[in-house]
Amino acid sequence: MAVVADRQIIHETEIRPRHYLNVNHSFWSWFFTTDHKRIAMLYLGTITVFFLMGGVFALLFRLELMTPEGDLFQADTYNRFFTLHGVLMIFFFLVPSIPATLGNFLLPIMVGCRDLAFPKVNLASYWIFVFAGMFGVGMLASGGVDTGWTFYAPLSTHYSNTSVFMAAMAAFFAGFASILTGVNFIVTVHKMRAPGLTWFRLPLFVWAQYATGIIMMLGTPVIAITLFLVALERVWGVGIFDPAHGGDPVLFQHMFWFYSHPAVYIMILPGFGVISEVIACFSRNKIFGYHFIAFSSLAIAVLGFFVWGHHMFIAGQSVYTGVVFSLITMLVAVPSAIKVFNWTATFYGGNVTLESPMLYAIGFMGLFTVGGLTGLFLAAMGMDVPLHDTYFVVAHFHYVMVGGMVMAFMAGLHFWWPKMTGRMYPEFIAKFNAVIVFLGFNATFFPQFILGWLGMPRRYHAYPEEWQVLNVMSTAGATILGFGFTLAIAYFIWSLFYGERAGNNPWGAKGLEWTIESPPTTHNFHHIPTVTEDPYNYTGREEVNVQQ
Amino acid sequence: MSSNSVPEIGPSTPYFAGHFEDVDQKIESDILGMWLFLAQEIMFFGGLFTAYSVYRHAYPDIFQLGADQLNYLMGAGNTMFLLISSLTMAMTVYYTQHGQFRKQLLCFLATMIFGSLFLVVKYFEYKEKWDHGLVPGLNWDPHTVDFAAANLTSPPENLKLYFILYFTMTGLHALHMVIGIGIGIAIFINMLLWKKYGPNRYMAVEMFGFYWHFVDIVWVFLFPLIYLI
Ligand SMILES: [Cu+2]
Repeated sequence: MAVVADRQIIHETEIRPRHYLNVNHSFWSWFFTTDHKRIAMLYLGTITVFFLMGGVFALLFRLELMTPEGDLFQADTYNRFFTLHGVLMIFFFLVPSIPATLGNFLLPIMVGCRDLAFPKVNLASYWIFVFAGMFGVGMLASGGVDTGWTFYAPLSTHYSNTSVFMAAMAAFFAGFASILTGVNFIVTVHKMRAPGLTWFRLPLFVWAQYATGIIMMLGTPVIAITLFLVALERVWGVGIFDPAHGGDPVLFQHMFWFYSHPAVYIMILPGFGVISEVIACFSRNKIFGYHFIAFSSLAIAVLGFFVWGHHMFIAGQSVYTGVVFSLITMLVAVPSAIKVFNWTATFYGGNVTLESPMLYAIGFMGLFTVGGLTGLFLAAMGMDVPLHDTYFVVAHFHYVMVGGMVMAFMAGLHFWWPKMTGRMYPEFIAKFNAVIVFLGFNATFFPQFILGWLGMPRRYHAYPEEWQVLNVMSTAGATILGFGFTLAIAYFIWSLFYGERAGNNPWGAKGLEWTIESPPTTHNFHHIPTVTEDPYNYTGREEVNVQQ
Repeated sequence: MSSNSVPEIGPSTPYFAGHFEDVDQKIESDILGMWLFLAQEIMFFGGLFTAYSVYRHAYPDIFQLGADQLNYLMGAGNTMFLLISSLTMAMTVYYTQHGQFRKQLLCFLATMIFGSLFLVVKYFEYKEKWDHGLVPGLNWDPHTVDFAAANLTSPPENLKLYFILYFTMTGLHALHMVIGIGIGIAIFINMLLWKKYGPNRYMAVEMFGFYWHFVDIVWVFLFPLIYLI
């Protein structure tokens, strides 16, 4: 095809000395770019802002919980703090975190193409996200929300006098950003793979993004319509979920959790993908059980759609329905455990080194395992009755979301930062910081398991005196954690200007992204590569550690 | 990527954005992307259909009474309009692929006209509901409803619930129609002025057809559920 040949000549002549970051510096070229790498960087900046905002609210309510009395903030203020923390962290940080940044950046490179299938849709996704963020800021400016991030009716629809409308719209639009990302990923993986790159030669990161894309595409519209109805109900003062007007609040919970449970997998599956890459690289070993890890991602995506009822064991759902949901929930533990076992087995016979991404990845494995196992406690209907709505639940999902996803995100950022920016961060400080974050995390959330077990309910700003020691530990841990994340942001920014040049492959890693320049050129590849070997073609113990 | 996209010349120039390797890859991506988008739409409307089923099961008599308030002749006429517009849309795609520009233009124009007729009828339907005081939250004064004759076992107040669902479901459907007609006008201008779509470049038309048929199918489910049963 003549046209193709012409285009390749254009690529060879025009792009050699420049990479995607310095090709053009104008405002327009950044904020209206269709380059997946630039959009990834835009997303990274934006979600970091939301992450910091969510983090500040967490520190504020942890401060309140230093003392048993509700002395620092009013109960109403406290309610707003934990709600804003939840809404910002979930809809504006965790859901887009890995897919929209690392996924956006790496997926096209890993499948060996020049951009996502629909670059303009990708840009639209970013702007929809920004639009949603404006509702988020509006929500903050108009006094916040106090319903909890779950927006349960009829509190959200009638009784709360805070800006539920803004919050619902913020989540509504953020959802569409996420849907577009998901659709783009699925099409890209199906149609844009380089010659020779069969499905089972795809890096596991791509499999994980693909599974995430499925959930984003099929789950998110449901929360969108649910929140739309809540907003409608508030604005027009009509009843859809409010029992006083004939509505059914349990229907709200069904529709809400139909998305919001799978959303947990939107938030954790991409993390699994990162961990597979990092573990294989720093073990210098072929990943153990490639097919099992790949299919367990799909299994989690599918099973995840049939477990939402475990949030409603005590919400008036029938016992038999509960039993079914409980069983399927426990089934999800199987593919999750398959992953952890396979990663562990990858260490065996490898040449394990402990660079900073690996430290985060190993931290992930421990924390995610604790989070997953405590999930089984909550999946058991009998256990769930006393533990429901206690700090045990809070600790459980923070072990999965922060101990899992945020640790994986940190692992991924440290791993691919040299590729994304062309610079190395200070490795010693990064290692030190990985330890700080791990310790701070455990100090924050482990005491909460005990508090929950002792019966401390979530969402109150005061508590009996005997729980103070554990709460103070938790607040101290949160401070350490906050310090850790701030330090990481600081040295990442520092490295942009003063970091050592990274070179194309600082870790000696395998994978298409390490065969191109750091930072990549706008078109990623000078020639579309032909893939001839399996992924993770590391040679195990024989290989001498390259560089570093 | 304006720097390396192929210039747009006319309906016979193979066209694809610079990041695709060839036309087939672009076509396959567009089709898959559109199907996934429609899957997403199904889940979106699916949430509403779920709410409809739950409340219909809870208050069958209210839903009966609600359906009696609707003008099923207008609904049936609208169903006709949409089915005809789907036919002309399918013909548009056929004529585009076979390069018959006159027929392509006429069929597409017919599609847009029947789609607009649907919205006109919808307007009169909504206006009638407004005059009868059947718009919950904005104008609720159901003076034309004979509650006594209906022999309700559920609270009459719940008729609001029926009409909220009626307005939300048909309203979101109408919004999809409006968006469709908006995009359709842009496509029509391209057809009329520049003969942009032909045998070698028909994806925009075909993708628009996917969307149009989908919106019609949603109506095919809405009509019996809301008006008839
Ligand atoms: Cu769940």
